[in-house]
This record gives sequence, C-alpha cells and structure tokens, in this order.
Amino acid sequence: MNIVNEVNFNFKSKSSNESFARSAVSAFILCLDPTIAELADIKTAVSEAVTNCTVHAYPDSIGTVYINVKITDNNKIIIKIRDKGVGIEDVKQAMEPLFTTSNDERAGLGFAVMQSFMDKISVRSKLGSGTTVTMEKTLYRAGYDKR
Amino acid sequence: MTVETTLENEILTAKIYGEIDHHRAPSIRQKIDGQTENLRPKELHLDFSHVSFMDSSGIGLIMGRYRNISLLGGKLRVINIPQNLQKIISLSGIDSLGVL
Repeated sequence: MNIVNEVNFNFKSKSSNESFARSAVSAFILCLDPTIAELADIKTAVSEAVTNCTVHAYPDSIGTVYINVKITDNNKIIIKIRDKGVGIEDVKQAMEPLFTTSNDERAGLGFAVMQSFMDKISVRSKLGSGTTVTMEKTLYRAGYDKR
Repeated sequence: MTVETTLENEILTAKIYGEIDHHRAPSIRQKIDGQTENLRPKELHLDFSHVSFMDSSGIGLIMGRYRNISLLGGKLRVINIPQNLQKIISLSGIDSLGVL
C-alpha cells in the first residue's frame, strides 16, 4: 500500500470551522470520484471528530485541530484528526453510544457515527496531552487519477 | 434564513434550511423553541426537506424538541427526511420515539 496523495492542515477549534473541516476533506478526496453516499459518510464522520475537539478537547479555550488525509493506491482514505487538548480519561467509555459528558443537547452518538460510517476507527488519547482519532474508508468504485 | 415557521390548524411546521452541525444547531433550536413557547401548538413538525447535511447535532436537535413539545402536551413529527440523512436517522434509533 503506497500513499499517492496527502494533505495536512490545521485550524482553530472554533465551532464555525466544523463546516470548513468537512468541506476541505471532501474537496481533497473528490479526485477519487466518491459516490454521494461515501462522501456524506466521510463528511459526517469528520464533522463528529472535529466537534469532539471543539466541545471536549478544548472545553474552556480555543486550541488547534490538526488534520492529515492520505489517499493510498488501493483507494483507501486515511484521516487523522488530532488535538493537543485535555485528553480522554476512559476511551472505551467515551466510545459507548449515548455516553456524553456534555449537557448541551449532545446526543452522545459521535463515536458511534464514526464507527458506523467509516470502515475502521482508532482512538489514542493521553490526559493532558490530547487525542488522535484515525479513521479509514476504502472507496469501491474509485479510480485515482495519478496525474 | 435558517428556519421558516408556519402555523396551520394548531400545527407548527419548522422548515430547516442548510446544514445542521454543532455550530448551527443552537440558532435553529432557539428559533423553534421561541415559536413553540409563544404559539403552544398541538403538534410540532420539523421539516427536513431542505437540510443538505447533518451530523449527530441534528439528532440532538430532534431529541431536544421531542422533550420540549412533550412537556407542553404536544406531539413531534419529523417529516420529509432526504435520502442522504436516512442513515444517521436510522442509526440514532429515534424511530422508537414514534416521531417519523
């Protein structure tokens, strides 16, 4: 598996940037000619991960969110969303559907959506250092234009 | 315009426009809740026909409105859900609330 294209970008953890983040990722992968459903899945998963950074990683301040997207030669998309925020005390518990520490009408479905809409997700977190969410999805009808 | 509301036969219909995410949900919520409190409808219909994208913030929005209208003795219905939102709606399990 070789990486044929890659992008890195970062932005402030302001909620107004959630739309920018999912749009930027979807614009980058358009070269794979994803279906509307695949694109919607990826945009939704990115939106959930970035919202977690805004709401949970930097609860009382504005920090930086780092996104890395790779496209492989077997049409796999690997998205890494990283923050340097407060970290997650219990990753397993945080990933349980309906679990939320927020009282702002959050449904507690963020990780459930990421798990369901992507092929694979892994979460690495350290209290006080931050969290990295890595998600993968293979596009089935894709034919990457290597030019 | 984020939300357009109309009242007919004691049914308040809130047509939501654009994307629903954590950033936009509070203003949508505020508009709908303000109208619900003022007009006290028997039913609140959330019309999703013009929603182009939503993440789980949209589910939170539905659950919150369900709670509010239930406390006022009314009913909630979610109508005109586009095909591209069906997946997250079905994952959320909100069909068990009887609002679809």
